[in-house]
Amino acid sequence: MEIIFDGIKKAFILISNLNSEVSDVTLLSIKVSGIATIVSVFFGILIGAFLALTNFPGRRILVALVNTGMGVPPVVVGLVITMFLWRNGPFGFLEILYTPWAIILAQILIATPIVSGITLAGIQHVPGKLKIQIKALGATRIQFVLLLLRETRFSLFAATMAGFGGVISEVGASMMVGGNIKGYTRVLTTATVLETSRGNFDMAMALSVILFCLTFIINQLLTFVQQRERRK
Amino acid sequence: MQSSKKSLVFFFLFFTIQLYFSCSYTLASKKGPVIFVTTTSVYDSGLLEELIPLFEREKGYVVKTIAVGSGQAIVLGKRKEADILLVHSPEEEKEFMVKGFGSRRRTIMYNYFVVVGPKNDPCGITTTRTAKEALRKIAERKCIFLSRGDNSGTHMVEKRLWSEIGIDPSKENWYQETGQGMGLTLKMAFDKGAYTLSDSATYLIFSKALKTNLSFVKDERLLNIYSVLEVKPSMSGRSNPDGARALSDFLISDRIQRIIGNFGKDKYGSSLFIPCARKKMELEKWR
Repeated sequence: MEIIFDGIKKAFILISNLNSEVSDVTLLSIKVSGIATIVSVFFGILIGAFLALTNFPGRRILVALVNTGMGVPPVVVGLVITMFLWRNGPFGFLEILYTPWAIILAQILIATPIVSGITLAGIQHVPGKLKIQIKALGATRIQFVLLLLRETRFSLFAATMAGFGGVISEVGASMMVGGNIKGYTRVLTTATVLETSRGNFDMAMALSVILFCLTFIINQLLTFVQQRERRK
Repeated sequence: MQSSKKSLVFFFLFFTIQLYFSCSYTLASKKGPVIFVTTTSVYDSGLLEELIPLFEREKGYVVKTIAVGSGQAIVLGKRKEADILLVHSPEEEKEFMVKGFGSRRRTIMYNYFVVVGPKNDPCGITTTRTAKEALRKIAERKCIFLSRGDNSGTHMVEKRLWSEIGIDPSKENWYQETGQGMGLTLKMAFDKGAYTLSDSATYLIFSKALKTNLSFVKDERLLNIYSVLEVKPSMSGRSNPDGARALSDFLISDRIQRIIGNFGKDKYGSSLFIPCARKKMELEKWR
């Protein structure tokens, strides 16, 4: 119990002192997971909308793949990407293993299926009559898709939050492809693992508190945007 | 809706550009990054965070330090995914050199292995003098023993010790594999009241972190020797043999050896690693 309180206390001390190492790690977490989430939201909505609105042989398999992708352990994604990015691997020439870009790439692959899956479910949930109505009013194909996305914006926000939650909290892939290099690829989750294995349990607890607060604030912002129409 | 979209795009562009420049700044060195794969026990001690920045500042290389178990480190070296290794698994290191994967192997420091157990010591290991006797006692009395089970250097030594005393514990139910690093295995041993084999550095760090005294047997003849291995460069030309050589030379230099010898004295009461780059012959006698 003592360690937990020490940790919470330490978290507030670290935040109020603007400890440079901790703020660097926190900022990198925000940047990496923020960029990864935005890219995944873009591709995820495209894929989700495409799968929801088209019909072709093999579509169900793709949907099943997306749904499976929602549950693939990050460490598996990390392992596969590491092997591809090894300098003697097929994409070794890129020389991005053990850089923040490798973490972003891994996180995009983790979050895209999550966003796609929720978008897909959201669009399919729109009543069929509404779709007919939009078409009947003479909407072009692009207008049709944009209107549907507008109708499903609550799901899209939920998808964004789930995607962000998935990547900010993931540790396996970041550890493998980033290498947890101090001041370069160390993010909040990998720093927490390291401090735990060093026996600095209060520091690990403090980092966890910061991670929780950060996730809470960002979800609070997204929820605020999502819910603001309800109050009108 | 419109303003939130704009702010998203802004966030994306701003951070991507900023991250791009901060990365290229970090890697601005013309000498190219050195991939330094190290064993977790050294990394977790914090020693490298003192030495590596010195090396980077003085020699102008950027070092990417990756902490993994010795087993994985050696495999990464064989695949030429690393430029230089810091490991403590002498048998595997010799094989690595004999098979021509490495260009040079140098011993830089050592400490001891300790058999660690709960404070009240139900198996009575403190009455023994060597690690082998302690392990035999644990097996006789069937006390719970935690094995790393991860092919790390410590795990290799543990397996060797069991086979040397002619006991195969792998099927016994008092023998459990944690699959965790040394620190967390010690923590688990502490929580479960179990025994385990540890290097003396991690043991010192964790007995301080857990604010407890564990019973232990320090085997003066069971040395835990750390070596640096320079990996032979690969054909692809993406290796950095010059950086590896520079780092290896740096680690055995007198000044750095002195820093290693003093590391941890203030915090743990005794040094965590004993430098030995200059007394290799002496160590060979011990083995």
